[in-house]
Amino acid sequence: MSMQSNLDTLYRQVIMDHYKNPRNRGELDENDALTINMNNPSCGDRIQLHLQVENDQVVEAKFTGEGCSISLSSASMMTDTVKGKSIEEALEISGIFSEMVQGKEYDDEKYDLGDIEALQGVTKFPARIKCATLAWKAMEKGLDE
Amino acid sequence: MFDVQKVREQFPILHQEVNGHPLVYLDNSATSQKPIQVIEALEEYYNSNNSNVHRGVHTLGSKATDGYEGARDRVQSFINAKNREEIIFTRGTTTALNIVASSYANAKLNEGDEIVLTPMEHHSNIIPWQQVAKATGAVLKYIPLQPDGTISLEDVKETVTDKTKIVTMVHVSNVLGTMNPVKEVGEIAHNHGAIMIVDGAQSSPHKKVDVQDLNCDFFAFSAHKMCGPTGIGALYGKKELLDDMEPFEFGGEMIDEVGLYESTWKELPYKFEGGTPIIGGAIGFAKAIDYLEEIGLENIEAHEKMLVQYAMERLVEHEDVEVYGPPADQRAGILTFNIKGVHPHDVATVLDSQGVAVRAGHHCARPLMNWLGCTATARASFYLYNTKSDVDAFVDALVTAKEYFGDVYAE
Repeated sequence: MSMQSNLDTLYRQVIMDHYKNPRNRGELDENDALTINMNNPSCGDRIQLHLQVENDQVVEAKFTGEGCSISLSSASMMTDTVKGKSIEEALEISGIFSEMVQGKEYDDEKYDLGDIEALQGVTKFPARIKCATLAWKAMEKGLDE
Repeated sequence: MFDVQKVREQFPILHQEVNGHPLVYLDNSATSQKPIQVIEALEEYYNSNNSNVHRGVHTLGSKATDGYEGARDRVQSFINAKNREEIIFTRGTTTALNIVASSYANAKLNEGDEIVLTPMEHHSNIIPWQQVAKATGAVLKYIPLQPDGTISLEDVKETVTDKTKIVTMVHVSNVLGTMNPVKEVGEIAHNHGAIMIVDGAQSSPHKKVDVQDLNCDFFAFSAHKMCGPTGIGALYGKKELLDDMEPFEFGGEMIDEVGLYESTWKELPYKFEGGTPIIGGAIGFAKAIDYLEEIGLENIEAHEKMLVQYAMERLVEHEDVEVYGPPADQRAGILTFNIKGVHPHDVATVLDSQGVAVRAGHHCARPLMNWLGCTATARASFYLYNTKSDVDAFVDALVTAKEYFGDVYAE
């Protein structure tokens, strides 16, 4: 595949749409929600993730932060994906996502992965995998606690 | 006569394609490439002379010792230190600054003493001092930056007081390319009885450094940014200060007598070089110095000045490219920038797709990023083997990035 088409795969239209029009950008009341701060110390990206969990279910997810198109679009997609999922399901999808962006075999049937499959393009850009996984790591950290 | 094409012939790594384009390497402030002379010197050492130093009675031991101690002489003459024992080999600038923080500052500073620095420091010249402040009760004071990312001597005079014990700053900023007047700052420091420390990581590769003329008390730098191998650098310190300091690491090589409960240390510089030293690295470092001096530091500096001026001229027509730092005639060959509306990681990825290597991120200078009001920037940094066509390729790739993201945003 040429570099140009690699670039186009990295910056798919759906990714840029999430970057320009992020879903779930904002904050949740700290009394109702978990707040997780996560940095990528090597590049300066930061995310603050808010997760509202009731009866082992993620009922609301919002984020704020600064970063590149890949990290912010990934945060937008992740929050969309985990809303309404159980903790177990959210963590399982996170595992699937992690395998996908590392270029490993992944289960694309158990869950409707929707927009997040667009982030597959990062497998060709090893330096950017950390951008894609930042928000997901924040989510895992929050739900593991 | 400086001939950039001849220079390029000596750097094997430059002659390759990256992502289908000729490599344009503009990440020199992170690390420089190595000329064939340095690569061959390392090869020769490991092929023919490898041995431990200072103890072998055998022939190879003498050869390795000669190479290692000869390297110290080269570093001494390179920065014009008065005595050879004022040169301590370290892992690099970071370790050199940590030696001063740990063995000098932690021992000498007391509560209320001041350490003066600038917000443009690399993390390696901030965090050791934060740790010293925590350990001793000393306080950190920052000299404010001018809007163009320089410092004024008036502000230095305002900030440095009789309580100041240490003034430390970068010779050249790794982000803004600012060249600090460290000689004049050192005079102010000395007038108040403070010592002057210079982080020379970004100056030593590009300009002639004379530590006696600068009259600094410590000077730290790294070989890998100046055509030498990674894993070695040097700390210069005035003999009377080094003599009065305790070692940084304890173990083999650095001892005089060892008893069950007490030991004594070797003389300078060996008391600061515990363990088997970086022998191959030092030999490569010395060869890099030979190489740079053969080309001429003044030629290298002039060449980079020409490149950065040319790059800034070419960028003037691109209003959406914001360049940070002082005007071209007042900066080293470093160009830190952002394209409005495009994150620097995304810029760097598109540039890389065109074969152009730049750095994107916070450049280990978070406080400076805060001052600039951004979380990250992209940076192109030039060295002796870069050409005007590298600058053209860089600017073309920036245009590609702008168009690319213009299109994807528009979709």
